[in-house]
Amino acid sequence: MSAAGRWMNRLLFLFRRSRFEAELREEMEFHREQIEEEFRSDGTAGSEAHRRAAIQFGNTTRLRERSHDVVAFRWETVVQDVRYAVRQMTHSPGFAITAILMLALGIGASVTIFAFVDAALLKPLPYQQPDRLMDVTESLALFPRGNLSYQDYLDWKRLNTVFTSLEIYTGSGYLLQTPEGTEAVPGVRVSAGFFRTLGVTPVEGRDFRPAEDAVSEAPVGLLSYATWQKRFGGRKDVIGRTLKLSGVPTTIVGVLPPDFQFAPRGTAEFFTTAQPTNGCEKRRSCHNLYGIGRLKDGVTVAAALAEMKGIAQQLERQYPDSNRGQGASVMPLARAITGDVRPILFVLLGGAALLLLIACVNVSNLLLVRAEKRRQEMAVRGALGASRVRLARQYVTEGLVLVLVGTAAGIAVATVMMRVLHAMISKQMLAGMPYLQGMGLTSHVWGFTVTVALLAAGLFSIAPILRLPVAALRQSLSDGGRSGGSTFWRRLGANLVIVEVAIAVVLLSGAGLLSKSLWKMLHIDLGFESDHIATLSVDLSERGFEKDIQRAQFAQSLLDRIQSLPGVQSVGLTTTLPVSCNCNTDWVRFVGKPYNGIHNEVNNREVSAAFFQTLRAKLVRGRLFTQSDDATHPKVVLVNESLAKKYFPGEDPIGKKIGDTELTPNSLREIVGVVSDIKDSALDAEEWPAEYEAFAQDPSHYFSLLVRTSPRPESMLPALSAAVRALNPEVGVEDQTTLEQRIHDSPSAWLHRSAAWLMGGFAGIAFLLSMIGLYGTISYSVSQRKREIGVRMALGAQRATIHNMILREAGRLSCFGIVAGVGCSIAAASLMGSLLFGVRAWDVATLAAVVVLLAAASLLACYLPSRRAATVNPVEALRAE
Amino acid sequence: MSRKADLMPGTLDMMILKTLTRGPLHGYAIAQSIRQMSDEVLTVEEGSLYPALQRLLLEAWVKAEWKRTPSNRRVRVYTLTVAGRKQLGVELSRFEQMVAAIGRVMRDVEVEG
Repeated sequence: MSAAGRWMNRLLFLFRRSRFEAELREEMEFHREQIEEEFRSDGTAGSEAHRRAAIQFGNTTRLRERSHDVVAFRWETVVQDVRYAVRQMTHSPGFAITAILMLALGIGASVTIFAFVDAALLKPLPYQQPDRLMDVTESLALFPRGNLSYQDYLDWKRLNTVFTSLEIYTGSGYLLQTPEGTEAVPGVRVSAGFFRTLGVTPVEGRDFRPAEDAVSEAPVGLLSYATWQKRFGGRKDVIGRTLKLSGVPTTIVGVLPPDFQFAPRGTAEFFTTAQPTNGCEKRRSCHNLYGIGRLKDGVTVAAALAEMKGIAQQLERQYPDSNRGQGASVMPLARAITGDVRPILFVLLGGAALLLLIACVNVSNLLLVRAEKRRQEMAVRGALGASRVRLARQYVTEGLVLVLVGTAAGIAVATVMMRVLHAMISKQMLAGMPYLQGMGLTSHVWGFTVTVALLAAGLFSIAPILRLPVAALRQSLSDGGRSGGSTFWRRLGANLVIVEVAIAVVLLSGAGLLSKSLWKMLHIDLGFESDHIATLSVDLSERGFEKDIQRAQFAQSLLDRIQSLPGVQSVGLTTTLPVSCNCNTDWVRFVGKPYNGIHNEVNNREVSAAFFQTLRAKLVRGRLFTQSDDATHPKVVLVNESLAKKYFPGEDPIGKKIGDTELTPNSLREIVGVVSDIKDSALDAEEWPAEYEAFAQDPSHYFSLLVRTSPRPESMLPALSAAVRALNPEVGVEDQTTLEQRIHDSPSAWLHRSAAWLMGGFAGIAFLLSMIGLYGTISYSVSQRKREIGVRMALGAQRATIHNMILREAGRLSCFGIVAGVGCSIAAASLMGSLLFGVRAWDVATLAAVVVLLAAASLLACYLPSRRAATVNPVEALRAE
Repeated sequence: MSRKADLMPGTLDMMILKTLTRGPLHGYAIAQSIRQMSDEVLTVEEGSLYPALQRLLLEAWVKAEWKRTPSNRRVRVYTLTVAGRKQLGVELSRFEQMVAAIGRVMRDVEVEG
């Protein structure tokens, strides 16, 4: 018969259930009576005949149940089981609430972290076939992923056979005249085929036409959807309008879709064509771009990388002056974008998984204890005709109900935690991680949740089923379940506690190492005093500031003006603020030193005369800049100690000259002083050699002010911005903040801080759970061994002996747990690699602290039950039997 | 109490179907018939007929209707259907194959032993 037919019959049965039962009962009763009649006619007495007929017919209840199972839908008995399971839970609310809370925490934490992983690592790119998109750049020994030079890009595009298209982008900013004044808005310059390569089509207007990025074309731009709404009220007539972006008339040709995002520059409002107009793009040695390529079908990343490396070598031979050491890097775009959050997410996912494990272990332990207590109940049910499968199913159902409620609570916890964590990410960081917008209970996250729930349900069903009285059914009934605690359970429960303690050690030491890393990182020697410094960035428009002297004069009058403000102690400027990155580097050569064409990359910053005084950086030798170090005087340069050590070991660098790779006469500058290292790079990066040029001798369009103030620096920010605007209203002012805030919010600090906090949270919960687990196990063991303790005491054991006996048992468990945990944490910490800063995986202090903490806590957790054991009244304990 | 001979799994269904080839019978009669035909060797727990009968009904290999006995008791009488007869053939040939196979194995054991 077909499955559908069977299903129909079952459905019919559902409606005629009482009739079915009555008929079955009638039929079976008739049968039994007939057998009894047979016995009676053979001469068996009445009651004996009845008994033997019952034996011959079999257990009517069980047979009815089996018949019922044949025709009924499974879920009918499942409903019974569920009802029973819920009743069980409401009977012992303490157990239910504890178990559900633990599950909610475990599942909540892991689902939250998984949601982040999902958003960041599994689907970070909202583009067409994102796995075929590659990040394509040049590479140097020092910069595995460097920038691409425009000239090299043109050759790469022409020569490669692995990409269907190869496009470029570079971050940019524009000055926009708005009713509120000049505003600096972020943007991106892209090549014409950029959006076609990503597979993104504008919702309004059109995409860039091929070759529209040529110098001969009129400048055109696309708007982000948010900008279209915010600045232009979503009006369609914006298409075709011409805006002045930093003074350049640019025609808006389209609007990007609302869900479009570009993580490398998440806040970008305008996307313009990258016409190679600036000086850098004409020079092959100047690198300012990133490439994005779409792999041809069937081409692997490795094959693409190999080909691009080949092309780079060819260019190196062709242009030895500019391309020496310039290799190629090809990696999936998703990896390039999420590279810095990857390790922290993996570590946190591991932490959350361990927390989930500890929660599950704890709940299974609880279930085991309960199964032990319910042995008698199960034995009675078995005797009344419940089959073993039926009893096992009861446990499975109870596990499922528990997990269902726990998962629902866990999802609620996760929803809240996701919001909280999302809100904790700074705006600046969020802009760099637009993929987090898609975070939430997506299908991936649901899939993960269901998998976790099913695994947990499996664990929770198997644990008590192991305790099902199988052979010992009758024995269990007869001894009333009052036997001494069974060794089987005690061993399993105890082993689980060891696992819990070990996990707690791993999480606690992980959290300890991350916190120590954070502390070390925030307390490294910056080489300057970061307090009481306000900063803001100034962006000069192209028009009116074409000449060096115009920019130098503007900067000087701005510095003078701010210096005269009340509350300002000193003011300096730099092209790149401290604690940014090893970036904006210069490829240098030293006069009088052998040169073989290798890259001498040094951080390069143009700073004003008072920059070092304002930061209170230390001058090691020579002199600082003065007002007279301007365009009319010979070029001078200051170097940091790292540079002096690396390039002038055992020599006095003062008076030596630095130049470009050709030693062009007008590039030559004389070293006039050595300053102690200022942290130019990110907090967790290695400090590089650096040179500081005099701003007045090489003034740029963009610089940042550093103002040391007497009052709180935050309070000075409005006055500082106003001072810049008062001097020239067409100048852009942005990123007003304090230096301390900037360091606090810097990506490396943020990453380490969130890792430390989250791991700390996980470790705290895990610590609590493991101690609850230990306490529960010892308590239970004591209650099970009451009779044994009673006997011992009746035979003359001292209370202290009993006390010690229990404590020894507990001590053994936590010792094993701690020892195993220490081993595991060293292994786990070495996996954290890049997240550790200034701390080794086997940091003795951290491990020792964790061991002491856990040992003390476990002593406390065991003290209470052991005291209870010692106060057992032997008479009562024995009479209870 | 003597030990009952255990049935090979799946054979109860087959025996019920076989019994019903002689005509419609009620549950007690089926049990009696199996007992007698096997010379009282196969005394199954007779009640286990009923779950088996439900299974056969569900597969539509038998059908059932309520009738009255001469003593005016209501009984459910089971009748073999066409599908049931076909199924009996299938199970019979499968059973014979198995018996033959077991027979061969056991004979070999005897020779060697």
